[in-house]
Amino acid sequence: MVLSHARERIESDIKVTLGFWLYLMTDCILFATLFAVYVVMQPATAGGPSGAELFDLPFVLGETLLLLFSSFTCGLALLAARARSKNQTIAWLLVTVGLGCAFLSMELYEFIHLINEGFGWQRSGFLSAFFVLVGTHGLHILVGILWAVTMIVRLSREGLTHSTNRKLTLFSMFWHFLDVIWIFIFTIVYMIGAIS
Amino acid sequence: MLGNLTLDALPHDPIAGGGAAMVVGGGLTIVIALFVTKRWTWLWKEWLTSLDPKRIGIMYLIVALAMLLRGFADALMIRTQQALASGDAAGILTSDHFQQVFSAHGTIMIFFVAMGLIFGIINLILPLQLGSRDVAFPFLNSVSFWLFIAGFILINASLVIGEFSAAGWLAYPPLSGIEYSPGVGVDYWIWALQISGIGSLLSGINFMVTIFKMRAPGMTLMKMPIFAWSVLCSMSLVAFAFPILTVTLTLLSLDRLLGMHFFTSDMGGNPMMYINLIWAWGHPEVYILVLPAFGIFSEIVATFSSKRLFGYASMVWALGAITVLSFIVWLHHFFTMGAGANVNAFFGIMTAVIAIPTGVKIFNWLFTMYGGRIRFTTPMLWFMGFVVTFTLGGVTGVLMSVPAIDFQVHNSLFLIAHFHTMIIGGVVFGFFAGFTYWFPKIFGFKLNERLGVYAFWLWLIGFLMAFVPLYILGLMGATRRLDHYDASLGWQGLFVVAGIGVLVLGLGVLCQIAQLVVSIRQRNQNRDTTGDPWGGRTLEWATPSPAPIYNFAQVPEVTSRDAFWMMKERQRGASAPRKSFSPITIPNNSSLGVAIGMLSFLIGFGLIWHIFWLACVGIVGIIIVILIRTTGDEDETELSAVEVERIDAAARHETRKKRA
Repeated sequence: MVLSHARERIESDIKVTLGFWLYLMTDCILFATLFAVYVVMQPATAGGPSGAELFDLPFVLGETLLLLFSSFTCGLALLAARARSKNQTIAWLLVTVGLGCAFLSMELYEFIHLINEGFGWQRSGFLSAFFVLVGTHGLHILVGILWAVTMIVRLSREGLTHSTNRKLTLFSMFWHFLDVIWIFIFTIVYMIGAIS
Repeated sequence: MLGNLTLDALPHDPIAGGGAAMVVGGGLTIVIALFVTKRWTWLWKEWLTSLDPKRIGIMYLIVALAMLLRGFADALMIRTQQALASGDAAGILTSDHFQQVFSAHGTIMIFFVAMGLIFGIINLILPLQLGSRDVAFPFLNSVSFWLFIAGFILINASLVIGEFSAAGWLAYPPLSGIEYSPGVGVDYWIWALQISGIGSLLSGINFMVTIFKMRAPGMTLMKMPIFAWSVLCSMSLVAFAFPILTVTLTLLSLDRLLGMHFFTSDMGGNPMMYINLIWAWGHPEVYILVLPAFGIFSEIVATFSSKRLFGYASMVWALGAITVLSFIVWLHHFFTMGAGANVNAFFGIMTAVIAIPTGVKIFNWLFTMYGGRIRFTTPMLWFMGFVVTFTLGGVTGVLMSVPAIDFQVHNSLFLIAHFHTMIIGGVVFGFFAGFTYWFPKIFGFKLNERLGVYAFWLWLIGFLMAFVPLYILGLMGATRRLDHYDASLGWQGLFVVAGIGVLVLGLGVLCQIAQLVVSIRQRNQNRDTTGDPWGGRTLEWATPSPAPIYNFAQVPEVTSRDAFWMMKERQRGASAPRKSFSPITIPNNSSLGVAIGMLSFLIGFGLIWHIFWLACVGIVGIIIVILIRTTGDEDETELSAVEVERIDAAARHETRKKRA
């Protein structure tokens, strides 16, 4: 009986992990579409500013480092969970959330700054594509932060159970995925945008 | 407080008012009937909150068949308008209403009929064929269904409150932009599709995991029934294509809502990008619908020819080839865009190449029949009708894959006739075949054969009468979506023939309704007492009809293709060894799927009418529901071995009683 329950649990873990991978791949296609749209729209500045005139690379590098570091701390949270240390897991998750919030604030600052300068999404096709691509990533980060907060609450209440461990694994997959997407945004939107 | 919603949103002219009255009247009748018969609790507990894929599948079918009637009513109006509106006659519809009608016809038939039928059949049959007790994520399945329902409510609400899109079934910009379509019609279209599309995406993931991880022991991928293979291919197309639809619809709605410039004709917007994006989803969508139909036909032709399917491996490879090719042909929907000769040539060749794997399948089916002991039952008739019509449609497709010819017939009625041949002759016939074939497995009794045969012939004749004239009219230069034409063109005769064709087809629909009524009344004479009414080959026939909640009391062991056929061969003469029963866990009902669906409806409705607080309520509500669902532990009941034995005995005892 106990054995069959253990087996059911493992089978259910395998299903959930595969399902989540497939979801991430569909999300990847969603971003791929947005990247394609952005690349098409990049020259469509309609007489407005291009990326080279708008982007502040050192600022974006700061954002990038924050997000990369948050991916690292998210990994540390997972390692702490493997080592069965509840407090450390919560601590690293808190750091991850903090870094995520800092990243999101910087992004919001950039958006508000652009809008105040008169370069909002209504200015040109290029700016529409920019706001939607970067904004969709930001929205994912927001969802990730909310998810991490619920993880922290659950961990402090229930401790490291089978269920919280599983959710922690999924969360870290999600967070690393967003990191990868950001690398592409940094390269294609900001770096190539700044030199072209 | 109510955004753009005012009393002006209610319908004014008589035809639109009639549609609204039917929606409201039909809804009220159902609600009152439920109160009078005190069935609310039953409906809620047994159906709406059920996580059993067999129940969810039946609900999909009911909704899709209801929508089929609505889409068919639209078709009748289109045909009537075009048969009458020649010369001085204006026909029955205003041009704006006519545009809404053909937009609704296409949208409903693809998104709410074809998709609903396909997902219904997959829910009902896939787990049984895999020898599995459930889908991978039963709760997610319920969420998918309720998102589909939210879209369904939105598209029907547009009949009563406001208007529907008049921009065609794919809402090309700049016509669908805010400048040229300032009303709520396009917003209804966007949100009905967006919400049900997310449901389809989740279903795609769910069924892929089900196929990868929940097959019966011993069933390797190459021992899977071919229907399961077709579902796997179709669902991977869903996973690849639907995110593109999600993005496209989002961008269009951002253009309309926030004044962005993706598809506008000024400020750097690029309407042709929309056409590319929508077809990068839209072409795979055609195969999402038709691949499961191919799977259904493969099962039927093998069963009713009493033979193994000819060329199983080549069938699988053909499915895979179509899956891949369907992503590199989208440009053939707009050769006239002017992408240049080389681009058009590439997409033209790729399109023609699809005919090869499809031809492989046609020949495999024919060779399966060759030398078999064929039983000409209704499903088999639908299959043979399909082979003829689908080949006809396929040939016209190859014809249009040549860009030079396509320039001549682009957006003409020739094209309309072509894709209706594929979708009616392929998807709809496939569904009717599968519905008749699996009906005894789903409900426990067979459908009336005689009325089924009548329905088939009326459908086939009506279909040919309705669409062969359109091929000819297309070659004569008639374009699609005409609400009026000059009498001197000499088209009216053919339009009248097409109109009569639709009426004949309508008689077929009446026969099908009569078939359902008669079969339900005579159900005791047509009981499926064995669980295997047709001499089936795959595992869904190995369990009693209708299948008990857990599908299989003992999980079957698979050693080869056509697993159930082999079991029957091996057990011939010997009585089946009694196995012991073990406990089975089944998921409890959950009302949270319903909640997510209804909250999504609020989001959609709020965004359509710019009632932003309502959309916020929906979003916050969904977050709360997800939190409730994820904090609760897995909500399951365990049926003890004794209970399983009792249910199993009951199912089999009933089987014996029915036989006596």
